[in-house]
Amino acid sequence: MDGLVSNLGLLINATLVATPPLLLAALGSCFSERSGVVNLGIEGMMTIGAFVGAATGLVVGNGWVAWLLGGLAGALLAVIHAIVCIQFHADQTIAGTAINFIGPGLALFLSKAIFSSSDTPPLNSANKLPKMFEGFFEAGSFLGNVLNVYTVAYLVFVFAAIASFVFYKTKFGTHLRAVGEHPEACESLGINVYLVRYICVILSGFMAGLGGAFVTLATINQFRPSVIVGQGFIAIAAVIFGKFSPGGAMKACLLFGFCSGVKSIISMSNVISPNLISMLPYLVTLAALILFVGKGHTPAANGKIFERSK
Amino acid sequence: MGRVSHMDKSAVVIEMKDIVKKFGDFTANDHIQLVVHKGEVHAVLGENGAGKSTLMNVLCGLYKPTQGQIFINGKQVSFNSPKDAIDIGIGMVHQHFMLIQPFTVLDNIILGMEPVKGLVVDRDTARKRILELSERYHMSIDPEAKIEDISVGMQQRVEILKVLYRGADVLILDEPTASLTPQEIEGLLTIIENLTADGKSIILITHKLKEITASSDRCTIIRQGKYIDTVDVEGISENDLAAMMVGRDVNFKVEKKEQEPGEIVLEVKNIRAKDYRGVEVLNGLDLDVRKGEIVGLAGVDGNGQTELVEILTGLRKAESGEIRVMGRDVFNRTPKETFDAGISSIPADRHKHGLVLEFSNEDNMILQHFNEEPYAHKGFLNRKAIRQNATALMEKFDIRPRGTEGRPAATLSGGNQQKVIIAREITNDKELLIAVNPTRGLDVGAIEFVHKYLVEQRNRNRAVLLVSFELDEIMSLSDRIMVISEGKITGTVSREEIVSKKTDEKELGFLMAGGKRT
Amino acid sequence: MKKKSILEVNVLYTLIAIVIGFIIGAIFLAVAGISPSVAYGKLIDGVIGKPKYMIWTLVYASPLIFTGLSVAFSLRTGVFNIGAEGQFVVGALAACAVGILVKLPPIIHAPLCILAAAAAGFFWSYLVGLMKVKRGIHEVLSYIMFNWLAFYLSNYMVNTDALHKEGSGEATKNVLDSARLLLPEGMLKALNCNGANWGFLLAVVVAVGIWVIIEKTTLGYKLKAVGFNKEAATFGGINANKSILTALGISGALAGIGGAVQVLGMGGRISQFAGQEGYGFEGITVALIAGSNPIGCIFSGIFYGAMKYGGSKLTIVGAPEEVIDIIMGCVIIFIAISQVFKRMFIRMAKRKEAK
Repeated sequence: MDGLVSNLGLLINATLVATPPLLLAALGSCFSERSGVVNLGIEGMMTIGAFVGAATGLVVGNGWVAWLLGGLAGALLAVIHAIVCIQFHADQTIAGTAINFIGPGLALFLSKAIFSSSDTPPLNSANKLPKMFEGFFEAGSFLGNVLNVYTVAYLVFVFAAIASFVFYKTKFGTHLRAVGEHPEACESLGINVYLVRYICVILSGFMAGLGGAFVTLATINQFRPSVIVGQGFIAIAAVIFGKFSPGGAMKACLLFGFCSGVKSIISMSNVISPNLISMLPYLVTLAALILFVGKGHTPAANGKIFERSK
Repeated sequence: MGRVSHMDKSAVVIEMKDIVKKFGDFTANDHIQLVVHKGEVHAVLGENGAGKSTLMNVLCGLYKPTQGQIFINGKQVSFNSPKDAIDIGIGMVHQHFMLIQPFTVLDNIILGMEPVKGLVVDRDTARKRILELSERYHMSIDPEAKIEDISVGMQQRVEILKVLYRGADVLILDEPTASLTPQEIEGLLTIIENLTADGKSIILITHKLKEITASSDRCTIIRQGKYIDTVDVEGISENDLAAMMVGRDVNFKVEKKEQEPGEIVLEVKNIRAKDYRGVEVLNGLDLDVRKGEIVGLAGVDGNGQTELVEILTGLRKAESGEIRVMGRDVFNRTPKETFDAGISSIPADRHKHGLVLEFSNEDNMILQHFNEEPYAHKGFLNRKAIRQNATALMEKFDIRPRGTEGRPAATLSGGNQQKVIIAREITNDKELLIAVNPTRGLDVGAIEFVHKYLVEQRNRNRAVLLVSFELDEIMSLSDRIMVISEGKITGTVSREEIVSKKTDEKELGFLMAGGKRT
Repeated sequence: MKKKSILEVNVLYTLIAIVIGFIIGAIFLAVAGISPSVAYGKLIDGVIGKPKYMIWTLVYASPLIFTGLSVAFSLRTGVFNIGAEGQFVVGALAACAVGILVKLPPIIHAPLCILAAAAAGFFWSYLVGLMKVKRGIHEVLSYIMFNWLAFYLSNYMVNTDALHKEGSGEATKNVLDSARLLLPEGMLKALNCNGANWGFLLAVVVAVGIWVIIEKTTLGYKLKAVGFNKEAATFGGINANKSILTALGISGALAGIGGAVQVLGMGGRISQFAGQEGYGFEGITVALIAGSNPIGCIFSGIFYGAMKYGGSKLTIVGAPEEVIDIIMGCVIIFIAISQVFKRMFIRMAKRKEAK
C-alpha cells in the first residue's frame, strides 16, 4: 500500500514537472490560433525562452525575473512572426518553420558566443524558480512529492483559469474569437483586426518563452541544445486536441504531462525501452484524433490571409 | 403597392460630392453624386460591377475616397475607419452577411460595442436594449440562438438590428432581397417602412427594378463607375430605369421556337437526403426532364437545390430514392459515372467547382477529358492538341481576351470565366445539361449570351435543367417550371400558364414559400 | 505577348532574400565580435577552396535535394509535407536494416536498399494521408506526430540486437559494402574524398523525373488539379482522395530515398539522435528557394549543402556554425514575404512608366 501511495506521489510529481512548459505554450497558442494566426514557431520561441531564462538566471540572481525575461525573448521572436504573417501576409506555416530555424539557431549561437559552449553553466538553486513548501515535508513522502513542487507548476492552472475567463467573459476575448472567425465582419464593426492579432501572436510567444524558461530555470538547471525537443509541437497538438479552448488545452496538456510522468517512472525500472515509451504521447494524440476529434471546429479564418481594405 | 413616403425634403442627411475611387489603374467610382434626405428610401441602381458597392464602402468608412467630399447633416466628414462612420450614424447591411456563425444573435449584435460591467461583458443590459429595439420595429428574434441555426431572413434581421443597435440614422442595405422569398421581401419592405416612419433614411443598393418602384422615393443610377442621373421614382417606368442602367434598350424576351418535348432524359424519384448535421434537406423529391425542354427549378436559396444538384452530379450521396438518365441507374454514383451516363453541368459556384483558377484556360477546358485521346497519349499530355482545342473554343464562344490559352483562368473576368465553363460543358454535349444560377454576377451582355446557349441546347433536342434564384430568368427561359420548397416539389407550372399569365410571380412566390396549389 | 519585366522574375526576389539573410548573419557575427568577412571568407573557401571541398559539398547536397524534392512535390500538389523529416528517418532506417541484414551482390543490394527506403517513406506519408482523407485530420499536425514517432522508432531500432554494434556506444553496425553507394576505391582516392558517392547523380536523375511527372504527364495534371482545387477536380471526375494519397506517398518516398542516400553514401550507419536531424526541415528551405521547381531543387540543394558543409568549418575561425540556421531562417522569411514586395515594385514601375 505504501509503495502504491508513494508511486502515485511520484507519478503526480512527474506530471507536475512535465505539464507546465506544455500548458504555458499551449495557452499562448490558443490565443494565436483562435485569433486566426497559425503559430508553428512555438518550438523555436520556447527554445529561445529556455536559453534566455538560463542565461539571465546566472546574472540577475532571481528566478522570477529570469523567467519573465525568457518570456520576453519568446515575445520578441513572436513579433517577427506577427509582422511577417499579419502585415506581410506570408504563409503562416512557412513563417513558423522559419522561426523554428531562427529560435534554436539564435539560442545556440548566443550560447557559444557568450559561454563558448552549447550548454550554459548550471544554475545554483538560489537562481532557479522557487518551490512551494520547501522543507515542510519529508523528501520523497507523498505530500512532499505532491506539494513540494515548483510554484509555477500550480500557477499554470491559475493561468488557464484566467485565460478561460478572458476568452469567454471579456470584451477582448469576444473580439479575438470573432477575429479568428470572420475578420471582415469585425473590421466592418470597427474592430482593429490587426491589433487584436498582434496582441495574440505576441502573447503566444511570451507564453511559449515562459514555458521554455521553466524548463531551464526549474526542471533542468541549465540550457542544453536538447532541452525543448518537440515540446512546442506537443503544445500545438494539445491545442488542436483541446479544440482551441484554454480548458480543452489544459486537459490535453495534463494528459501529455501524465504520459511523460508514466514514462519517467517506467524508464527507472528499465523494463521497456524508454524510446518506445517516449512514443506514448504522440500515439495517444493520434489515437485520440482518430477516435474522437475528427472534424472538430477550427476557427474559420485560421491560417487565412486577411488584408485590410484601403 | 400603395406606399407612404416619409421623405423630408428640407433635411439633407447625406451628401456625397464628386466621389472618385481608384484601385491602381482601375477607376471604380468616377465623380459620383449622391444626396439623401431624412426619411427617404433612396435606391442606388446599377449593373454588377457598376461601382455601387464601392460607393457604399466609401460611405461606410471601409474605403477612403481618392477624391471628393462627404457631408453628413451639412458637416464635412472624413472617415478613417468604419468606426467613424458608425459613430456618426451610418450603418451598412452587407449583401454577404457579416455574421459570426458560431456566435449567438446577441453576441453578433453587440460585437464591437459590448457594454461592460467591470471586466465582464454585460449581456443582461445588452439583451434588454436589443429586445426594446426588436419590439419598436417589429422584428422578432431570439437573442440566444446561434446564427448557424437560424434562417436567412432571420439573419438579415440580425444584421439590421446590429446597425440599429449602433444608433444608425442611415441604413445602407446592399442587395437585401438576394436570398429572400417573395413573402420575406414583403416583410422587409414593411420593416423599411417602419424605419423611415421613425425618421431613418435608407439607401437601397439593388439591380432589381421592381423593388425600386415598390419601395423607393428616389433613385440614383450608376453605369460603369459613372454617375448617370438621380430621378424621382414616382412616374418612371421600369423600362426607363433599365435603359438608364445599361445605356441601351434591353431585350427582356428570349426568342424560342415552339417544340414538343420528347422522351424522358432525367427521372428522379422520391429522393431523400440529409445535410452534414443530419437535418433532412430533400424529403421525397420527384422530378423529370425531357428531350428538347428547359425545366426551370424555382425556389429560394437553401431549399434543397444545391443538394439536389450535388446528388445528380455525384458530389453528394442521397439516403434513398431513384435517379435514371436515359433509363440508366445513376443513383449515388461518382461524378465520373454520372458524367459518363450523360449529365454535364454548369455549377453554381464557378470558383469552387467550375474552374481550377490556377490552371491555364486550356487546361480548364479539358478537365473531364485530360486523360483521353487526343489530349493524352500513354500518360503524357499532348500540349498541341490541348492548345488547338482551346483556341477553337475561345473563338467559338467569344472568350476574351484572345491569345490567353496558356494564362491562368484567374486572370479572366467573371463573365469570361463563366464562358470557359459553358464552352467546356456545352461542347461535352451530354443528354442533360444542368445549369445552376448560370448568370449570377454577370453583366447584361454576358447574360444574353448564356441564355442564348441554353436555348440553343434545348433547340438541339437536349434536356436542360435550369436551377436559378432569379424568378425572371426562370420565367423567361423555361418550358416548364417546378417549384422547390423545403426539399420537395410544391408545384409545377406549364409554359401555357406562363405565357397566358395564368401564373404570375406572386403565385410562384406562394409556392416557393411552401404553399400548395389549389 | 509582352516580354516579362525583370521585376516579375521570382528568382530575383529569392536572390535578394539570400543577400538579406547574409547581411543579417553578418550583423549577428559582428555583434558577437567575429569579423563577418573572416567568417564568410572561411565559408566560401571551405566550399570552393579545393576540388575535394566541392565534391563534399555535393555529398552534403544529395540528401537535401531529395527532401527538397519531397517538399516541392507536396507543395505543387496542394499539401505541405512538413513530415519529410520523419520519412527521411524511416527511409534511412529501412535502407540501413536491409543493408546490414540482407546479403546480396552489389548490383542488386544497393537498389534494394533504396527501394526499401522509398517504400518506408511512402508508407510513413501514406498513413498521414489516410488520416487526412478518412478522418479529416490536418496533415501538418499528424506529420509532426509522425516525425517524433520516427525519431524514437529509429533510436529504438538502433539499440536492438540485430542492428546495434556492440561496444560502439549508440550506433548501428556498418552497412555492408555491397549496399554502399560509394564511388569505386580508385576514384575516391583520385578525388581525395572518402564520402564521394552516386547519390548526387541519382538526385539529378530523380529531379528531372519529378519535373517530367509534374509538367508533362496526366498524373501530374491530376495531382495538381486536386492540389489547387479539390472541389473542381472532383467535379471534373477526378478521385481527389486517391490523388491526395498518391501525392503524399510519392512525396514521402522521395524523402525516404534521401535517407537511403545519406546512409548508403556518406554515413554508412545510423547513430542515436539527440535531437531531430533536420534534413526534412532543411528540405522545406530547399523547396522554397527553388520556388517548388524540381530542377531548381538541384541548385538550391547544392546551395544549402554548401552552407552546411562550409558552415561546419566556421568553428575553425571561432564562429558558431548556428549562424547558418539564422541566415537560412531569415532567407525563408524574406522569400515568404517577397510576393508583397514583388507586387509593390511592379506597381511602382508601372506608375513610373505611366509618367
